[in-house]
Amino acid sequence: MKTLRFILKKEFLQIFRNKGMLPIIFVMPVIQLLVLSFAATYELKQVRFGLVDFDQSMASRELVSRLQSGGYFKLESAFFSIEKAKKELDNGSVKMILQIPSGLDKKLNEGNSAQVQILIDAVDGSTAGLIQSYMASIISDYNQEQQAGIFIRSSARQQMASINIIPSNWYNPDLDYITYMVPGIIVILVSMIGLFLSGMNVVREYEIGTIEQLNVTPIRKSEFMIGKLLPFWIIGMFDLCIGLALARFGFHIPFLGSLVTILIIAGIYLIVVQGLGLFISTITHTQQQAMFIAWFIMVVFVLMGGLFTPIESMPEWAQQLTMINPVAYFIEIMRMVLLKGAGWMEVYKAVLVLLAMGFGLMVLSINRYKKTS
Amino acid sequence: MPAVEVYSIHKSFKKVQALRDVSFFVKQGELYGFIGPDGAGKTTLFRILNTLLVPNKGNAVVLGLDVVKDYKQIRPKLGYMPGRFSLYHDLSVQENLEFFASVFGASISENYELVAPIYSQLEPFKNRYAGKLSGGMKQKLALSCALIHKPELLLLDEPTTGVDAVSRKEFWEMLGKLKQKGITIIVSTPYMDEAKLCDRVALIQDGSIMQIDTPANVVKSYDRKILGIKSSQTYRLLKVLKQYEWMHSVHPFGEYIHFTEKREQPDVQALQSFLVNQGIGDVIIKEIEPNIEDSFMALMKEEAAHE
Repeated sequence: MKTLRFILKKEFLQIFRNKGMLPIIFVMPVIQLLVLSFAATYELKQVRFGLVDFDQSMASRELVSRLQSGGYFKLESAFFSIEKAKKELDNGSVKMILQIPSGLDKKLNEGNSAQVQILIDAVDGSTAGLIQSYMASIISDYNQEQQAGIFIRSSARQQMASINIIPSNWYNPDLDYITYMVPGIIVILVSMIGLFLSGMNVVREYEIGTIEQLNVTPIRKSEFMIGKLLPFWIIGMFDLCIGLALARFGFHIPFLGSLVTILIIAGIYLIVVQGLGLFISTITHTQQQAMFIAWFIMVVFVLMGGLFTPIESMPEWAQQLTMINPVAYFIEIMRMVLLKGAGWMEVYKAVLVLLAMGFGLMVLSINRYKKTS
Repeated sequence: MPAVEVYSIHKSFKKVQALRDVSFFVKQGELYGFIGPDGAGKTTLFRILNTLLVPNKGNAVVLGLDVVKDYKQIRPKLGYMPGRFSLYHDLSVQENLEFFASVFGASISENYELVAPIYSQLEPFKNRYAGKLSGGMKQKLALSCALIHKPELLLLDEPTTGVDAVSRKEFWEMLGKLKQKGITIIVSTPYMDEAKLCDRVALIQDGSIMQIDTPANVVKSYDRKILGIKSSQTYRLLKVLKQYEWMHSVHPFGEYIHFTEKREQPDVQALQSFLVNQGIGDVIIKEIEPNIEDSFMALMKEEAAHE
């Protein structure tokens, strides 16, 4: 125990003496949360579109002004030929073309159905999908109003049988993207601290050769390992608290679940990622190798962890892979506890998986680290 | 009881046989040197003695304990200084020393007397980071760190490689002082001039020990007469000497070339006229005392001839 105290003292001395470390600990979480939460948004704003209006009627003008009033679309320019409009789509100055054929106004007034054409730049598939669904909902709103107008005018009292869908968005009533993103970004933050720093610190001892000197001392394997893990565990928890504070008071994310639950699970989760970092350190001999492998794993985990794209929409094999992705578990837990107020009963399975992963990785890497060869 | 007993140790890595059939004893309180070129197997041997490597065959007993079975008991009694500087660059001189003392359960104050002759020279810089020290000072700090827990045996792997001549001399003077305190020291070096400062030396090459004796006896066992030959045209002289019919060995050694003949009694007159005939007029030839390096070179040559 006494030895452990000396080792920890030495580790903290080195961490706080490292000029690159302090910004990583204190500045990185803030920047990551602020930049990612605001920048990585899926909401549409001011999509530039081109208009080809062959009708030039009241109906067509109303449709266009409706499009612009929501702030989602912005009329870049109007064209008189579809070819000219397509050229603008090709060079990227508009993302969408709305073509209104002549006779729209007339057809609608007669109570017939009319068509408009929408051409979307689908290089970015998900944005294209969003444009399409926004357009669909705007046009359908417009449609209903038109019909209502027609009913009044024709005063035809025909009963239109229809089912109205009135959506109610639970847990995130305003469909606020930030509410969805911030818990996930906090997870990424904690993962980076855990995965990179402690593993890297072990490899550093190899790289500068101090491991030779340490190995001939009576320091026990467990003391060495705890000495490497505990400081970064504490830093990881500290950063988690910064992240949660920012989420609560900066982004006004609802904290429906218990904070204690989050902290306990985060503690377990950190052991999992630290175990992984430690394992990487036992199969590499330079910080560069370790860094590369850690990055590779991190990117795969994040992209497949349900931060940006929902896991449910991945192909079957990819969904199976997330079973071994600790990032996916913790993102899920964070969202459930923070946004839905889940308690232990709802998350205990995921926590058990994390516990098993942490235990397995620790045993594996401690066994791989040998004081003799 | 000898401090170290090694019985026919073998160690090979994937493709390289690093040590073959190495046996030796080191007495208590002895200053024992391993002399050999790079890649001779010195570091491998040291890492077996300090319990970091397990030999493939044979066994080694350090301070009465087996290096494989009892490695945990051996470690606190050893002081090891690796060939590469292995202290924390981002810790100060004092912090390094404190750290290594504390992990051995010792403190600087209780063993200060032991490290004082070395550490006192470092004390003016005790707040400087170890990475910012000069080469010689780094070695002194490394030695202090290896000594601070009062080990019974010191293993120093090429402690003076890359260190300036003055620091090397000081370093060996310190080893002498430590020896007087009864600490057994095993040191390896590629420098022949350091060999004569040891009580006994083992000449090692290609993983086997060629000879073990006191430095004086190693030199004495060298049975050939050596001629030192000097000329203003050293390079040409080397080439010409190699063509001489009685040539046995030619090694450049500072300003003189060390030359031995196949004959028991070299004929200086004949050699001189041979060189003059070859166009080297300004030669000086004199008989010189063999040194340990000559013995080493001769042994290396014999080994090569055996294979």
